[in-house]
Amino acid sequence: MKKTLVISAGIILLLAFLFATLSATSERAEETQQRVELNADVLVRAHAPSVGPQDARVRIVEFLDPACETCRRFYPFVKDLMAQHAGRVDLVLRYAPFHAHSDQVVALLLAADRQGRHWETLEALLKTQDQWVEHHTVQPEAVWPHLEGLGLDMERLRRDMADPAIGRLIAQDLADAELLGVTKTPEFFVNGQPMPSFGFQQLQGLVEAAVAQAYR
Amino acid sequence: MTAPHSPADPAWNALFLAWLLASAATLAALFLGEVLGHTPCVLCWYQRICMFPLVLVLGAGLLPSLDARVVRYALPLTVAGLLLALYHWALASGWLPENAAPCQKGVPCSQNTVVWFGFVTLPLLSVLAFSGIMACLLYIRHKVRP
Repeated sequence: MKKTLVISAGIILLLAFLFATLSATSERAEETQQRVELNADVLVRAHAPSVGPQDARVRIVEFLDPACETCRRFYPFVKDLMAQHAGRVDLVLRYAPFHAHSDQVVALLLAADRQGRHWETLEALLKTQDQWVEHHTVQPEAVWPHLEGLGLDMERLRRDMADPAIGRLIAQDLADAELLGVTKTPEFFVNGQPMPSFGFQQLQGLVEAAVAQAYR
Repeated sequence: MTAPHSPADPAWNALFLAWLLASAATLAALFLGEVLGHTPCVLCWYQRICMFPLVLVLGAGLLPSLDARVVRYALPLTVAGLLLALYHWALASGWLPENAAPCQKGVPCSQNTVVWFGFVTLPLLSVLAFSGIMACLLYIRHKVRP
């Protein structure tokens, strides 16, 4: 009898938890959707680096922090996804430097973009991330050794990094992230659709659905 | 059918109440942290360390029948949790100077994320939960002399 009481009380508590979780999750999903629909025009900006075919009908917008470990793990996955749907998907990168001093690395990446070397620089930095991020804090000086062999004009790079115009672009990305409710990285929008919940499978499903719809 | 538990067993009922309090507090903490995404501050984590095991410890004392020794094992966790909760409550209510707060970057302990009716905050709920559990445990000790 005692056992029945304890077990049924436990089940009731768990059900209440489950119900609260489900309703909170769906409420938030709705909220995100509304936010994105309301601010659809700030998803993509002219300065945002992009890669992929010009005529792709599916666009992934990713908010990325170069110092974020999960972003590093997602990067090859996104590349694979694009290769699987070659010619149909492109990627626009927005920066959300949430880690301490990460904005300096973003400035470096946007400066490298001025030399047409954004993507190789990003890949080199993601690959060596564990050597310039310590305990979630960027060590800006530790970044430099990993830029060798990329063909970057270092002097110009340092000059561009200090350019207030680049600072404004980062501020723009952060402001857009806030408008869209992006508080964690990476965050993906596939043709304006946020992921239903966070995960590799969810992103893949979103891309596959968008491709199927756009190339019927 | 008879009542699922005997009313002649007040000590067991008290322990059951304590277990309910611990379970509800644990699930509520998980809901706020994992579902609503409020990152727990350092003091919240220490209180969680005291609260979460109570679900299992009190549960173990509950079945198959009351084991009064549970008081001996659960009371230290409860007292520690209550002291932390009282400190946290005082801090968040501004009764202690703010520079005494052990702050994690981005998640200050002195800032209330949830305020209901103007005075019900998470540290207060924590104080109430730990006090309730302690009251139940002391009652059991008073009822059952081991």
